[in-house]
Amino acid sequence: MIDVARGSAARILPVVTVLGILTVFWYVMAIPLNAPRLDLDETAGLSTLARAAWSMDRPILPAPHQIAGELWSSVLFHPLTSSRNLLYHAWVTLSAALAGLAIALALGIALAVGIVYLRTLDRSLMPWVIASQTVPVLAIAPMVVVVLGNLGITGLLPKAAIAGYLAFFPITVGMVTGLRAADPLQLDLMRTYSAAPLAVFTKLRWPMSLAFLFPGLRVAVALALVGAIVAELPTGAQAGLGARLLTGSYYGQTIQLWATLVMAALLSIVALLVVGAVERAVLHARGGRL
Amino acid sequence: MDEAAVLASETVPSPSVPVVVEARGLNVAFEADGQRVNALTGVDLTISRGDFVSLIGPSGCGKTTLLRAIADLQTPSGGTLTVNGMTPTEARQARAYGYVFQAPALYPWRSVARNVMLPLEIMGMSRSERAARADRYLRLVGLGDFARKFPWQLSGGMQQRVSIARALCFEPTLLLMDEPFGALDEITRDGLNVHLHELWRRTGMTVVFVTHSIPEAAFLSTRIVVMSARPGRIIDVIENPLGATRELGIRESAEFLAVAHRVREGLRAGHSYD
Repeated sequence: MIDVARGSAARILPVVTVLGILTVFWYVMAIPLNAPRLDLDETAGLSTLARAAWSMDRPILPAPHQIAGELWSSVLFHPLTSSRNLLYHAWVTLSAALAGLAIALALGIALAVGIVYLRTLDRSLMPWVIASQTVPVLAIAPMVVVVLGNLGITGLLPKAAIAGYLAFFPITVGMVTGLRAADPLQLDLMRTYSAAPLAVFTKLRWPMSLAFLFPGLRVAVALALVGAIVAELPTGAQAGLGARLLTGSYYGQTIQLWATLVMAALLSIVALLVVGAVERAVLHARGGRL
Repeated sequence: MDEAAVLASETVPSPSVPVVVEARGLNVAFEADGQRVNALTGVDLTISRGDFVSLIGPSGCGKTTLLRAIADLQTPSGGTLTVNGMTPTEARQARAYGYVFQAPALYPWRSVARNVMLPLEIMGMSRSERAARADRYLRLVGLGDFARKFPWQLSGGMQQRVSIARALCFEPTLLLMDEPFGALDEITRDGLNVHLHELWRRTGMTVVFVTHSIPEAAFLSTRIVVMSARPGRIIDVIENPLGATRELGIRESAEFLAVAHRVREGLRAGHSYD
């Protein structure tokens, strides 16, 4: 128990240190950045200046406590269904990201299986898979939304499609590597049993590939969230973290803008923790090693 | 090949004992870097039921290739080869043999018991029968208490014993072993040799055993096939006069030393061909 405590302390200490340094740097930088907008007479001392710079309504750079306060009041003092509650927007974005992740998993794994088992797909599809990631998502997102909108598909699905488009790539790459990772001896063993191709897949290639799925999945989760947020930007969406960012920047609500950014970051952290927990559960079922 | 060697490799099985493996004029060739390599040339060998045949020789003599050809992991380029009177492919499809590789080749995400059950799952055996067999064969190799462990928690010798249990659990009558103890230390190896000998004596199965080690071949085998490299071929087949029941102490006996000496002479003669 003591070792565990010491271990987690050793892990948390560097993070807290960096956070502390950043916070101090942030407060310091808020003063010169916000000062030009302040209407103070020239004789004002530094402490007056600082207090004023850290409590503006629409600062260039809001102070950390302003962002925390905005986050706090938004989450606690508005009902969960209200568009003034950031958790509501976070859920709108998260649901699109999760749907996108499901699309990415289905598409990514199906592509990987095709690429590994069909030589023609390996030659014809893999270059396209790689090329797909060189197109900036900001360029493709409005087109996807407009095209799907004309087909009568609106709401969650276009956003999920864009999130899935970004997130399938690391899953495909990881699974292609994983499905090919069985060594010749392990494959020979299957041959000595005259195992059918399906048995080779379910008992060797698939379980082998799980070790390669999780690193890809972690990247995919972050990308799905980015994809969902980006998909909300150009579409005039009424809800979601992306829409909140957009209105914040329209109306110069910098505190709202930063609070939304912090919420997006918190959301990715939670998502990554969930993936980590799933990975540990799988690991445990497989004897502690992938 | 000189005449003595030809005579030696022509073994005549007694008519009452069924033939398990029969090779006549067997050739195996590979393409490596655009060059044709003759891994095996003109191999004649008959293995009868209940035999324990060791294949011994220097690296590149084709002993593993011969074993892999019997297992249908390697396709011959000439001659005939039958296993239980069938082609090697038919025999493999009939699951005629269990194969033990140089490395344990366990699946790391499966527990020890589930590794042993792997062939049983593929062969469609019921859950209760799988569990019973895994338990029985893990006990047989002395690992009854390790069923729930995972491969990484076991030593190399224990892992190889798991792989032997895995090869035995579907009860093949032919066991093919490719230097199974090559990577293990001397003491572990001795222990496993005694174990394997007991197993063979009790079950009466046929074993084809590839090895580098002269004492190992002399201790375990009823017949020792001495091979030579470039091209891979059989240069001597030695009938082992040692009785059916053997203990490690037998390795000090005059008979044992005579067999070992003859194997060594054969290997040396093979080397002088280069």
